[in-house]
Amino acid sequence: MRDVVIAGIGQIPVGEHWDLSLRTMAARAMLAAIKDGGGMKPQAMYIGNFLSPVLSHQENLGALLTDNAGLTGIEAFTVEAAGASGGAALRVGVNAVASGFIDCALVLGVEKITDMVGSEVEAAVAQSSDYDYEAMTGLSSAGQAALLMQRYLYEYNPPREAFGEFALIAHANGANNPNAFFRKAISREAYASAGMVSDPVNMFDMGPYADGAAAVLLTARDTAPKDLPHPLVRVSGSSVVIDTLALHDRPNPLAFDAACQSVERACSQAGIMPGDVDLFEVCDAFSIYALLSLEAAGLARHGEGWKMAVNGELSINGKLPILTMGGCKARGNPLGAVGVYQAVEAVQQLRGQAGRNQVKDARRALIQSLGGPASTAAAHILERLD
Amino acid sequence: MEIPRHWRLKKQRYGLVGEVCPHCDAKIFPPRDVCPHCGGEAKTAFNFSGRGEVYSYTVMHDAPAGFDQNTPYAVALVKLEEGPVVTAQLTDLGEEQPRIGMPVEMVTRKIREDANERGMLIYGYKFRPVLR
Ligand SMILES: [Zn+2]
Repeated sequence: MRDVVIAGIGQIPVGEHWDLSLRTMAARAMLAAIKDGGGMKPQAMYIGNFLSPVLSHQENLGALLTDNAGLTGIEAFTVEAAGASGGAALRVGVNAVASGFIDCALVLGVEKITDMVGSEVEAAVAQSSDYDYEAMTGLSSAGQAALLMQRYLYEYNPPREAFGEFALIAHANGANNPNAFFRKAISREAYASAGMVSDPVNMFDMGPYADGAAAVLLTARDTAPKDLPHPLVRVSGSSVVIDTLALHDRPNPLAFDAACQSVERACSQAGIMPGDVDLFEVCDAFSIYALLSLEAAGLARHGEGWKMAVNGELSINGKLPILTMGGCKARGNPLGAVGVYQAVEAVQQLRGQAGRNQVKDARRALIQSLGGPASTAAAHILERLD
Repeated sequence: MEIPRHWRLKKQRYGLVGEVCPHCDAKIFPPRDVCPHCGGEAKTAFNFSGRGEVYSYTVMHDAPAGFDQNTPYAVALVKLEEGPVVTAQLTDLGEEQPRIGMPVEMVTRKIREDANERGMLIYGYKFRPVLR
């Protein structure tokens, strides 16, 4: 097994790109990552995408996106795991390079949301649940999160407003990220008066679905260009774990077992404990997911994860910064691209390129993307090489 | 539309028919091919009573297409008295607010109108508060 490194990164701002097609968004991120990686030509591209078949009526993205970007002839295909698609595609890329079958792989996360709107998008996203037994009851993804949040409030009785701290952290950080959808801090008052999406989940308890494309260029440590102007980042842990698809089939839905196990496996490969990382790009598709993921990772006791947010431990200068470039809430939630955005953002931190959001002396990051309510969880450990 | 798909699920939707594992006696809903408790093959039909209590719930305000005409509506995780948990809408609440622990029972109701696809009506289980 070879050491896998991230040599290049690329991203476009997350947002409502009415003027950009799926293929153009993808090409911009792909070409930026290749350029940033010293111009290495990838032999393969793995694409994290969730909803192109529904929202863009487009399959076979491997051919479309490589063809459009002038990479005809390489290996390329989509990896789908709902909101964890990007993390799962990264996992496939890491496996390919580590095995020696591929020397240079591009991992792309891309999602085109805004060609449809409102309830059509909600219906498409709900396909990450069990269609026959969850979606057919009229439950949305926000509804799944709400079922967890209601139960959490019942079992642990935290202050309701504690959930707002996750949105506050995300927006404070998104304000300094030029690639974030929302670049404005929000107040506790704004959180308290936000409209309900799926009670008790309000508008600020969920990340807005938006267009995005991000890419990382992977290669082996010994095949990486020697003259790059930035440090290499090693992928020292990589895992994807699944739980039951439907929430109703879990003995304890608040346990987020797949989130727990994916962190354990990635950390064990890296030879570290979860608490040894300098930042955690956690999944905040919904505030309750960020909370349950912190607890599942063993960073807080069950029922107490919200205290870390309230105490300031999760802010940029806190003990364990999360959502350092805005997370799903402020950077925006481009679904199948999230896992790759997280990787790009973590690399920015580890290279010291995170601007005003720079986590001091960041050397090691944990990133985790979730498909549905941690029905799939993809976790990676990234470490700076000197 | 998807007529075969909905037809295939009629026993579950109308009768809450799940399975009992012939190996370990676990009650299973929705039906599966492999028992999640013992790993044996699961295929013996079992009729659930339809009685249970609310484990968690939400009130949907922003609904997916196909349901957006009916907001707000409540969806719950209902813990059946035989053990499994099922996801379903709550109905006939009247003035009552849903609450965790609320005793509920299954009823058959219209669950979706595929309005833009030949007006097909889909019926299935919902749960209502147990009348006292
Ligand atoms: Zn069994």
